[in-house]
Order: sequence, then structure tokens, then C-alpha cells
Amino acid sequence: MMPLLTTKGLSRDFGGLRAVDNVDFALMPGEIRAVIGPNGAGKTTFVSLVSGRIQPSAGMIVFDGTDITNLPAYVRVRQGIAYTFQITSVYANLSVYANVALPAQLTQRHGSHSKSAIQAAVMTALERTGLADRAHMPAGQLSYGHQRLLEVAMGLALKPRLLILDEPTQGLADSEIDNFITLVREIAKNATVLLIEHNMPVVMQLADRITVFNAGRILAEGTPEAIRDNAAVQEAYLGTAP
Amino acid sequence: MSEASPAKAYALHLGVITLLFVLSFLLPDYYHGLLARIMVLAVFAMGYNMLFGYVGLLSLGHAMFFAAGLYGAGLAVIQLGWSVPAAFAAGLGCGVVVSLVIGLLALRTTGVAFMIVTMMFAQVFYLLILYFATWTGGDQGMVVPQPARVLSLGATSLELTNPTVRYMTALGLFSIVLLVTLAIVRSRYGRVLVAIRENEERTKMLGYDTFSNKLAAVVISGIICAASGAAYALLFGYVGSSFASVQYSILPLLWVLLGGAATTLGPLIGTLFMYYVIDITSGYTSAYLLIVGIALILLVLFFPKGILGSIRQRWLGWLP
Repeated sequence: MMPLLTTKGLSRDFGGLRAVDNVDFALMPGEIRAVIGPNGAGKTTFVSLVSGRIQPSAGMIVFDGTDITNLPAYVRVRQGIAYTFQITSVYANLSVYANVALPAQLTQRHGSHSKSAIQAAVMTALERTGLADRAHMPAGQLSYGHQRLLEVAMGLALKPRLLILDEPTQGLADSEIDNFITLVREIAKNATVLLIEHNMPVVMQLADRITVFNAGRILAEGTPEAIRDNAAVQEAYLGTAP
Repeated sequence: MSEASPAKAYALHLGVITLLFVLSFLLPDYYHGLLARIMVLAVFAMGYNMLFGYVGLLSLGHAMFFAAGLYGAGLAVIQLGWSVPAAFAAGLGCGVVVSLVIGLLALRTTGVAFMIVTMMFAQVFYLLILYFATWTGGDQGMVVPQPARVLSLGATSLELTNPTVRYMTALGLFSIVLLVTLAIVRSRYGRVLVAIRENEERTKMLGYDTFSNKLAAVVISGIICAASGAAYALLFGYVGSSFASVQYSILPLLWVLLGGAATTLGPLIGTLFMYYVIDITSGYTSAYLLIVGIALILLVLFFPKGILGSIRQRWLGWLP
């Protein structure tokens, strides 16, 4: 099977700092892949390169067999790469409905033009995330946890082939995290999920495979069990034994 | 939200247009003429509101777009002897060209830089008008001769100098622009513009080419402002360089802020309010600008979102 996403020699410098260093990465369709690593390991920079928010200093990104390295972010979104922000950035002054209508009207563009088609797409995304009964509230009045879910709903409305979630459970209560795990499993039935996450129980439950970043490079990659037992990973997280 | 009650919104707008139509038969001569002028300038304010209110781009150079329409139409009539409809079209054409070029250049910047860049371009435009005084009349301006201000429709000809014709033409232009604005802000495109205003970075990551959308908004805004300028030249017969000065870039901003940014009827309310405050206070004292200033300060203190913006926030959430 051909990978959905591959990067070759992907690098990004910020001044003298090499945030992402010569990364070769491959993601299979249908996978849930978690990206973990200590703070400053380059995880967010890496997914920002994939989504097109920032440009690479070197290297190449291939999505579904096409070189997308030089495409602007909005074109990549239209090709099926959706990105949800680490720092919640919903449109606080607009209603929950309007927040989701914006991505929904984009995916409806080539299909049906009717208003009801957009409405149906919006309500589907809201029902999947459990926000349907809050559709007409201003997004800024939602609780933090619900704003995180709204981010995901906006991503879902894009009908992505690759959904990138940047620390989605940050700031969620334990009860909300359980629902979230169910939601991601549900999403993964028709999309590939790339997940940056600090919460290890969530990573261990969800991920098919885990990629560990350290100092801008891939330190290890494998199944959750293999990563748990990997000595190099333990060293990166806990420091060297004296 | 804008999804709700489209019928209510359209009824309100048609009601305002009907009211303005009826007023034509009720107002005394002086106010009849003043209201015609206010409607034409409210179109200018609506064009400004399109960009400032809905996209959140604060331009200090919109006098340039108004003047493009004003001189485009005025020069076509005076120097080339074109008919009224052709001259109006020439004014619109100038608006398209100027706003497209300025948009392509100025949209490379945002925020304060956008304000400064648009203001500089407008100053260049103003100085060009003064420089080419042979054709433009320089700081004296030009008067569009009365015989040229006749609109021929088949056998009948309408004199734009006639007060009723002038009022109805102004009302016609105002109504078209008002309904077009309402349709745009309620459309999918309008939703994208508001999203760019609220969070441009997020909008890019939802798959929208924000640059092209903003450029289109600058051109739409430019066309509306040029339509106002062209109508002003043809209806009121004066084409002057003062309309290209920085004062006429700031006035639409004031009108829109007063009436309520990002409300469809705010520009009319703001223009109306400002003109009437000046009109009433200047009857009592020569220091009327002092009173206008105090009125503006009070408004900003108690109605920071403008007249209609505050009404929408407190009572009528469905106002478009």
C-alpha cells in the first residue's frame, strides 16, 4: 500500500536553531499516528510544515502521490489536509453554527449548492462532536472543552483525508477525554489521523503507531508497546541514568 | 445571526427605501436637496463599510476611489463630451482599475501599514489631480455644464438638474447599492469576509485564499465608492480636487463608525446624523465644529459600536 503522506529530508531552521532536522516520515492511510516528544522537540513545527502554515528550509512533502511542498496552505486544505490549532482559535464572535458553516460551504462547493446541503453537513459535524444543541450560541461563550470540540467539528466539516490534531486533549477534564477518545476512533474510520499529544494514556489507547521526536529528529517509531520499552525514548524523557 | 429571518431583514430595507421615496414628496426644498446629497454620500459610506466593517481593513485612502468615479465621469462629460450613462460607466471603470491596482499593492500590508500605504496612494492621486491642472482644473475644479447633464432615454429626456429627477436618481442608486450590499453580506462570500476579519490565519487553514477574497472586497468597495463619485459629478455638477483630499478619506470612516460598522443601514444613519448635526448647530453658532466634536465624543463613549451597532447588540440581534 502507498503511504498517504511522506516527507523526505524535511528541515526547518529558525535563525540558528534547526527546529526540524532532516525528517523522513511515512504515514499509511487509515492509521492513527501519535507524535510525541519532549517540549521543543519540533512536533508542532513538523505538523505546521505538513499543513503549509510554514515553509520548509529544505526537503519535500508528498501527499497522496503528489508533491505539495510548494503549495500554499489553503490548497492543501482543499486537497484534504485539515489542521486543528493547538491554541484554540475558533471565531469567538460568531455562532457555533457559523463556525462550522465556513468549512462546510467549501466542501459543498463542487457538490450540491443548496442551503440545506450545507445545513446538513454542519449539523452532522456538530452531532458527531456533541455540540448540536449549542449551535446558536456564540462560540466564545462555550466552555474551554467545548471549544476544543468545536475545533474538531470545524476540521470534520472539511471532510479531510488527513486530520491533524495538535494537542487536542490539553485542558480537557477526564470525563471529556473519554468521550474524545471515542470520537477520534470514530473519525479514524474514514480518515487518517495525525495526533500530537502529551497525555500518555490517551496516546497508548488511540495510536496504532507512535513517532517520537527529540531535538528536531525522529528518535524512534513503532507500536505503543515497542515505544514504551524503548531505552532511547526513556532516556529522552527522563534523562540518562548516572 | 444572519441565518435567521431573511424576510425580516429584506422587509426592513424595503421599508427604508419606501420611506425615502415618500419623503421626496413631503420635505421642503432645502431638505429635499440635502437628502439627495446625503443619499449619494451614504453610497460612498456603504462602499467604505464593505471593506472596513466586514473585512476589518481600515483604509485612509478611500477619497481616491470616490475621486476616481468623480473625475472619471466628470472628465468624460467635460473633455470628451460623452453622454451621461457612458460617463457614469467611465467613472465605474476608473474605480475598478484604481482599486485593483491599489489593492494588489496595498494588500501586501496589514494593520497600521495598510492605513499608511492607502493614505500615501491617495495623496499621490490628489497631487496628480493638481499637477494635471490643464485637464482637471487643478484646485479650482470643474463645473459640469447644465446642458450636458441630461439623461436621454429614447424619446424622453430627464434633466438631472431638476430636483425631483435628481432625488429619484440618487434614491435609485442608493437602493441598488443597499440591496446589493445586503445580498453580499448574507452570501457565502460575506461569511468568508467576516471570517477574515475575525481571524485571517484560521480562515486560511479552513481552505480559503484570503488574499484573493480581500482583493475582491477592495474592488467591490472601490466600485461602490466610484459609483458614488460618478453620481455626485453628474447630479451636482461639480468636480473638485477637495473630494480627493485626506478629509474625504476620513469622513466615510466617521460616518460608518457613527452609524455602526458592519451594519447595512449604518452608513446611511451615520451620514444623515453627521449632516443634520452640522446643519442644526451651524444655525446657532459659528463654532459648530466644537459641538460636532462633543457629539462624536459622547457617541463613542455611550455607543462604541455606533448607533445601529449598539441597537443590534442590545435589542435587535437579527439586524444584518
